[in-house]
Amino acid sequence: MKSLILAGALAALLAPLSANAADKILNASYDISRELFEAVNKEFVAAHPGVTVDQSHGGSSKQARAILEGLEADVVTFNQITDVNVLVKGGFVSDDWKSDFPHNASPYYSLPAFLVREGNPKGIKDWSDLVRDDVKVIFPNPKTSGNARYTYLAATAYAKEAFKGDDAKVDEFIGKLFKNVPVFDTGGRAATTTFVEREIGDVLITFEAETRGIAKEFGEDKFDIVVPSVSLLAEFPVAIVDKVVDKRGSRDLAKSYLDFLYSPEGQTVLAENGNRVNDPKVAETFKADFPEVRLVTVEDVFGGWDKITSEHFASGGKLDKVLNTR
Amino acid sequence: MNSKEMTRPRRKQPPRVGDHPAFRRSLLAVVILITLLMVVAPLLVIGVQAFSLGIGYFGETIANSDTRHAILLTALTALIAVPINTVFGIAAAWAITKFDFPGRRFLLVVIEIPFSISPIVAGVSYLFVYGLQGLFGDMLQSADVKILFALPGIVLASLFVTAPFVARELIPLMQAQGRDLEEAATSLGASGWRTFFSVTLPNIKWAMLYGIVLCNARVMGEFGAVSVVSGNIRGQTNTLPLHIELLYHDYNTVGAFAAASILALLAVVTLIAKVALERRGAGRRPTLAAPAPQTEI
Repeated sequence: MKSLILAGALAALLAPLSANAADKILNASYDISRELFEAVNKEFVAAHPGVTVDQSHGGSSKQARAILEGLEADVVTFNQITDVNVLVKGGFVSDDWKSDFPHNASPYYSLPAFLVREGNPKGIKDWSDLVRDDVKVIFPNPKTSGNARYTYLAATAYAKEAFKGDDAKVDEFIGKLFKNVPVFDTGGRAATTTFVEREIGDVLITFEAETRGIAKEFGEDKFDIVVPSVSLLAEFPVAIVDKVVDKRGSRDLAKSYLDFLYSPEGQTVLAENGNRVNDPKVAETFKADFPEVRLVTVEDVFGGWDKITSEHFASGGKLDKVLNTR
Repeated sequence: MNSKEMTRPRRKQPPRVGDHPAFRRSLLAVVILITLLMVVAPLLVIGVQAFSLGIGYFGETIANSDTRHAILLTALTALIAVPINTVFGIAAAWAITKFDFPGRRFLLVVIEIPFSISPIVAGVSYLFVYGLQGLFGDMLQSADVKILFALPGIVLASLFVTAPFVARELIPLMQAQGRDLEEAATSLGASGWRTFFSVTLPNIKWAMLYGIVLCNARVMGEFGAVSVVSGNIRGQTNTLPLHIELLYHDYNTVGAFAAASILALLAVVTLIAKVALERRGAGRRPTLAAPAPQTEI
């Protein structure tokens, strides 16, 4: 009897390995997208009976690394373009992946936004409020958190506009902002705990998509979401992992999965989970959920990710200087 | 032994600082306080949080197919890794304590390596050996053998991390027991296997079980090394500790605590087993020098 149960358990665990390859794909995604893709996959499977979409979640840099080492993901849905580029360099994803799907291969987008305590007691409306002496700001350390890098870049982009490119004033603004951060946590999840459970700070900066998840989990009536006048476009790139789909013969399914993300049904699920989408009809339906905001891009303001890395995030770069003088 | 005679002269010395009741009590208070804060409080929080949305939600989390699979996978990993490491531990301890051979000390050190290095190092080194970019990457790829990001990788990482547990329990004991009994058995004509099963095993039984319990607890709880090689495919390669992290990052705090309470429960069961074994083991200690009577094993 015991051995029967054991054999059953073994079979159940090994079964996925022997299933028909073209019926199932693996989507390697970032760490906080579990519920999002659970909802997406449910819709996709309903429209494509008989297929399975498996999910792997982790920090998207870690996921890219795992794919290089043999994690057989057919598609990636990441939150950082640089991590797809890692796969391009490794020969897993084609050079022109950005043109394979519409909107820079980013089916949805988001932006750094503010989560404030209920009623917005400090009256925080825009980036300029964050450098006030009476405001404490929470976001994780940009050295270790991709989320906070967007915050840092969005604040810099705002300051560049506000001070018309006066670099000294921009640096001063960023310096003041960082002085208003009482603790730097290593990741977005830890910063959320600091803000929500330890009740430190007046405003938490994170992706708009995530502010909703936080409000949902910890109480909608405890927080307000504030969208600043201008913010940075955060893209969520998707790509087919050529090397894997060619080996497994799953290219068609992988493509139809990513296409689904652009379909009205897919875009609706994405929007329901707090992500902004490009489909005009869906965007119109969810208009009330997404306040107007002017978005600037990394390319326009900073001249691309490579330049940002060398100028801001490399050791000894601008970010290090800000952190050191804090 | 003559312990009374040994302690008597001490009495005549002036009382030491540590003997003062106030000192002793405050020391005790500090220890209790730290234990409460560092061990008891977090465990209580797990329990309270896990049921904070009611027993229904707790059941729902546990009944979720991904959580169930994580529990099953963790149990399966332990079921494979623990017996292998038990056999390995016995063989290693036997070899080291009952025989002389060149490199014996070296072997002793090697066995202890997993104790002293961080599990994450173990995980990453497995990537370097079995990963696609690693030492055997091309070979494994062309043979279509999947080790990493599948069950074999998880088992391998768990094996590495817990390799010393059984051996570490057995070596000091077997060293203390010496070789006399085995030598006597051999000289009376017993075969190697007979010597092992009738003489050695009964003597090390409790220490071995103790090692197995610790090994099992560690396999089930291992996070770092497994995290690197698992691939985090939910419903496939997510072990219970990894699943807890996933739920936590997903703002599903209650779900994370519910899953954590299962792991904590396993730990408590382990603890009870450990205490029970220690009692039985302690009762046996005086008979160490003589072969224990044959009992069911």
